[in-house]
Amino acid sequence: MSKSTTGPAIETSGLVKTFGETRAVDGIDLVVPAGSVYGVLGPNGAGKTTAVKLLATLLRPDGGEARVFGHDVLREADAVRSRVSLTGQYASVDEDLTGTENLVLLGRLLGHRKPAARERAAQLLEAFGLTDAASRQVKNYSGGMRRRIDIAASILNTPDLLFLDEPTTGLDPRSRNQVWDIVRAVVAQGTTVLLTTQYLDEADQLASRIAVIDHGKVIAEGTKGELKASVGAGAIHLRLRDAAQRPEAEKVLLRTLDAQVQTDPDPVALTARIGAGTVAGAWAADRTETAAADLGAADQAARALSELTAAGITVDSFSLGQPSLDEVFLALTDHPATVKEEASA
Amino acid sequence: MTTAPTTDDRSAELAPVSSESLAAVLIAKERPPRPSAWSASLTFGWRAVLKIKHVPEQLFDVTIFPIMMTLMFTYLFGGALAGSTSEYLQFLLPGIMVMSVVMITMYTGVSVNTDIEKGVFDRFRTLPIWRPSTMVGYLLGDLLRYTLASLVILTVGLILGFRPEGGAAGVLAAIALLLVFSFAFSWVWTMFGLLLRSEKSVMGVSMMVLFPATFLSNVFVNPDTMPGWLQAFVDVNPIAHLVAAVRALMAGSWDTGEISWVLISSAAFVAVFGTLTMRLYNRK
Repeated sequence: MSKSTTGPAIETSGLVKTFGETRAVDGIDLVVPAGSVYGVLGPNGAGKTTAVKLLATLLRPDGGEARVFGHDVLREADAVRSRVSLTGQYASVDEDLTGTENLVLLGRLLGHRKPAARERAAQLLEAFGLTDAASRQVKNYSGGMRRRIDIAASILNTPDLLFLDEPTTGLDPRSRNQVWDIVRAVVAQGTTVLLTTQYLDEADQLASRIAVIDHGKVIAEGTKGELKASVGAGAIHLRLRDAAQRPEAEKVLLRTLDAQVQTDPDPVALTARIGAGTVAGAWAADRTETAAADLGAADQAARALSELTAAGITVDSFSLGQPSLDEVFLALTDHPATVKEEASA
Repeated sequence: MTTAPTTDDRSAELAPVSSESLAAVLIAKERPPRPSAWSASLTFGWRAVLKIKHVPEQLFDVTIFPIMMTLMFTYLFGGALAGSTSEYLQFLLPGIMVMSVVMITMYTGVSVNTDIEKGVFDRFRTLPIWRPSTMVGYLLGDLLRYTLASLVILTVGLILGFRPEGGAAGVLAAIALLLVFSFAFSWVWTMFGLLLRSEKSVMGVSMMVLFPATFLSNVFVNPDTMPGWLQAFVDVNPIAHLVAAVRALMAGSWDTGEISWVLISSAAFVAVFGTLTMRLYNRK
């Protein structure tokens, strides 16, 4: 199998998929470079799963074009299928069969002879720490084990492009870290991974480029750094000892940080969204000589704290948080991430 | 499934992912040539057999149900229609065998439909294999169930006193013909399995088609006493032709006219519903 090392793994232009009245995917243009993790970030119902299904040849686009390693997903579906693998949101293995049976079944379908399929299944189960569960039916697996067997099934033949649709949704933090380790190992071997997620920190941990999608459209795209710069590095949450000092603290924060400051319902709490760059820069006219956005989030926080102390304001607690998905959405769309049913078909 | 409470305990004892062996597995980049259409279909057939192995209860439909049908109708109608149950059994058994097997073909649609709901179907559809092999696989697994049902009914019949004049050869030929037809007829259900949204609606439609198709035939009675319009329906009902052919084979005569009717209608079922099934499968 020849492997095109040049050219992007995925290229789409104006990709559209409608379900009745709903435009689940509404003109998506994407270029996913080969050899890295590309994160697709968005809330439930944003069209992530639909987009993945279009690219994995499970759905036929209603408009636009999509190419995977240069092959059209509609006209050269078979060529696309031989290069990609999909791990869906729900276990894409047969729950009635055992772990071994599932992997042998898929191995056979990929053209391995029975002994080779058995050997490959045993190797994968071993690598994924599932040897003890090999002869148990998948329906008796825990959530973390299901994810593992699922990903194992996707790399039976090391794919050139692996779709992971919300691989860690519903997993406990420990299993989530293990899935992340697997993704890193897969990418290290040269496979391109397209990962959809609802969690910004997951995209942050794994992806080198991120597309944020909402209502079937790409609303932001770029490297992690670019995305964060457009959204802000995060937020400083402060709790003061004395509620009376809050207006004063707000002024100090406005002066020292290139930030939007908002007061929380709690009378002693306030939040400063830092590093909002251009957005905040426009109205923070009286900012200090150093461009605050050039500093890292922690440096900015340190600076704010010392200014507050100098102003005689007592800070009881302080935390520095990454922007949440909600905050990203707020910044990008002026509306919070709406949760609705993901359109599936 | 309510496995949630135990999930944490299990993942806690779960062995860690070994990144070294994972890398070793991933490095093996050799890709075997894609399997032939036949080999892919057989592999899916193997899957169906594995499912029977893991969930043997599903064999109730092909064991208890046919026994029930045979006993019920033999004793219910035997005295009234043929004067005695043993006499009626000679007439009824081939028919009830056809009816039972044709009725259990609908489970093909149900299993296709339940699979779609699960992610495994998506995985199969992203494999670079001969597209119909998934469907053919279901049917190969189902052929095993049909064979089992036929043998169960034959055994019950023999115990009750059914004595086919066609001997072993005639009975085997009759069962073979029944299997050919059932395989072809099942494509109707793979289509509905893909088309309809729930298992219940698949069952509903199956019943709506199967009840008239099996009862309005020559399974229970000779159609001569039926009103003309009903006879006209029975004349074109492929299941009636199948019953006639199977009955003749078991009685030791090769009714080439009826046999060709069955083979031609089987080919037509595959051509029409096989095509529709694959269109739906590709568009899903």
